[in-house]
Amino acid sequence: MAKLKQLNRISDTVWEIPTSYKEGMRVPARIYSTEKLLQEMDEAVLDQISNVATLPGITKYAMCMPDGHFGYGFPIGGVAAMDVDQGGVISPGGIGFDINCGMRLVVTNLTYDDVKPHLKELVDKLYKRIPAGVGSKGFVKLSRSQFRDVVEQGAQWCVRNGYGWEQDLEVSEEGGRLKGADASKISDKAVDRGINQIGTLGSGNHYLEVQVAKPENIFDEELAKALGITIPNQVVIMFHCGSRGFGHQVATDYLQTFLKVMESKYGIKILDRELACAPFNSPEGQDYFSAMQCGINMSFANRQVILHRIREVFSDVFNRSPEQLGMNMIYDVAHNTAKLEEHVIDGTARSLLVHRKGATRAFAPNMTDLSPRYQGVGQPIIIGGSMETGSYMLMGVPSGEQTFFSTAHGSGRTMSRRKARKSWRAKQLQEEMAQRGIYIRSVSNAGLAEEAGGAYKNIDEVIAAAEQAGLSKRVVRLTPIGNIKG
Amino acid sequence: MPYQFLEEIAIADIAFQAWGDTLETLFISAADAVMNTMIDNLSAIAPQATRKIELANNALDLLLFEFLQEFIYYKDSELLLLRPKEVTIQQQQQTYHLTAIAKGEELDFQRHHQRVDVKAVTLHQFQLEKTAKGWQARVILDI
Repeated sequence: MAKLKQLNRISDTVWEIPTSYKEGMRVPARIYSTEKLLQEMDEAVLDQISNVATLPGITKYAMCMPDGHFGYGFPIGGVAAMDVDQGGVISPGGIGFDINCGMRLVVTNLTYDDVKPHLKELVDKLYKRIPAGVGSKGFVKLSRSQFRDVVEQGAQWCVRNGYGWEQDLEVSEEGGRLKGADASKISDKAVDRGINQIGTLGSGNHYLEVQVAKPENIFDEELAKALGITIPNQVVIMFHCGSRGFGHQVATDYLQTFLKVMESKYGIKILDRELACAPFNSPEGQDYFSAMQCGINMSFANRQVILHRIREVFSDVFNRSPEQLGMNMIYDVAHNTAKLEEHVIDGTARSLLVHRKGATRAFAPNMTDLSPRYQGVGQPIIIGGSMETGSYMLMGVPSGEQTFFSTAHGSGRTMSRRKARKSWRAKQLQEEMAQRGIYIRSVSNAGLAEEAGGAYKNIDEVIAAAEQAGLSKRVVRLTPIGNIKG
Repeated sequence: MPYQFLEEIAIADIAFQAWGDTLETLFISAADAVMNTMIDNLSAIAPQATRKIELANNALDLLLFEFLQEFIYYKDSELLLLRPKEVTIQQQQQTYHLTAIAKGEELDFQRHHQRVDVKAVTLHQFQLEKTAKGWQARVILDI
């Protein structure tokens, strides 16, 4: 394949695109992947990640994770750290329109045997109580000024208003609230799009899943215990969603702002308009950073309200309180963000704006900013697989330093939506999944077919590649039994 | 059909190409392509509600970019599914001015068959060009 010839093999899992590949590359690009997964990656990844390498302030390498695939601007799986003291930029295309699209995991003290007889009722009720699909409205009714409070206060607002437990905040990145959020930096249009959407899943690859931790799928018992997985065949709930129309509009607004000033005011030339950016230390860059943090908070709030609904539904179905059911939240990860972090580069601590687009932060044990509960073990990483195959919980490791402590975010698509839609029929897929013990409800038949397991890379291979490359460590593989999606 | 979804361009997203004899018909086709990404049966959208869209931009392609966003905006803010009915584009000095009437109705989960939600219009490989036959655009939507 032509692709491999253009790359330098650094190791079995690190492939480098030299700066000679394209004019304007400031640093080489690196893809973290096995040879097999690299062969399956679309060629656009090379083009997109080498475009990222041209951005001002980029440090070390433009990186792509093992689940990388075609994105817009950055590839999905793209990681880039910009030195903000060296003219480093902030780019919405390095974060994604769905700001703080992410994952949350909650455990129960129920086993598969407890849940199995109630599975259909449980999934039907979750489907009814957690709206999904095009548009869709949540149940939390807010005034415009209350919504502005939500985007400044994130999950903390929700817990204060009865949608969650205090300890939920202790196991969220940033305590469920980014303090730099400033609602004066968001447009009325963004408020209009988001005000009714708190507590909604969205569509595409967003979903909520009931899963089982089978004993044979636990890779590290001690770490699994740290994640609250202690009972054989324990039932957990994982869900994937983001900042909904609000975050999408914030990104759209600032993409346009940056296009206007990027070249004329800051002299920055880019190879793809989707990489529009501004220096982090500029009025426009700072405004977007504040607005983007509102997007992050909206997403934390969205997942917090969904968690509240999940607890209500389980409580209703099993006639016990969520506390009695041990419905503890384990963690919440963002996989579409830019965060200001301190990293040591060649012996010197530097302030870097780490863009992660379809990539998960993966802090090692004992790192500052890690929740006290996970200081000794490392950051939990929640990896959502396709609805048919399974998902993973991983932990951050010290060797993650090579990617600014970042790893994969999912399994990564290998087949386009159009092709998947032609390859599978929703009804048949639903029946086949039912035969394998997975009960699924979806708003859209077409949307369901597009998310078939066969449209994705093999998640076991992706996660093994991330471990082999030293980006993260496997803890447990989770098997789906119930799923709702848009 | 004056638009076509492209098979192997954007693996996790949706790409389409749209055509029109005139700039105005191209804009109408492209907006329908955005709506058709979300709703399978466009003909089921009854023209009950009306919204007027007014935009101005110095770049013609960014005018289309902004125009398409309006349909995503109304879908989220009012759950309104809209199709453009009349579009007028005029150039005055350096600026293109667009006026459009869009008609539609609120999303009905029973009657409107959903496909996937569109998060945003991206500028990745975004193209608007004049061809021998008229106008052509290529757009990638974030799903």
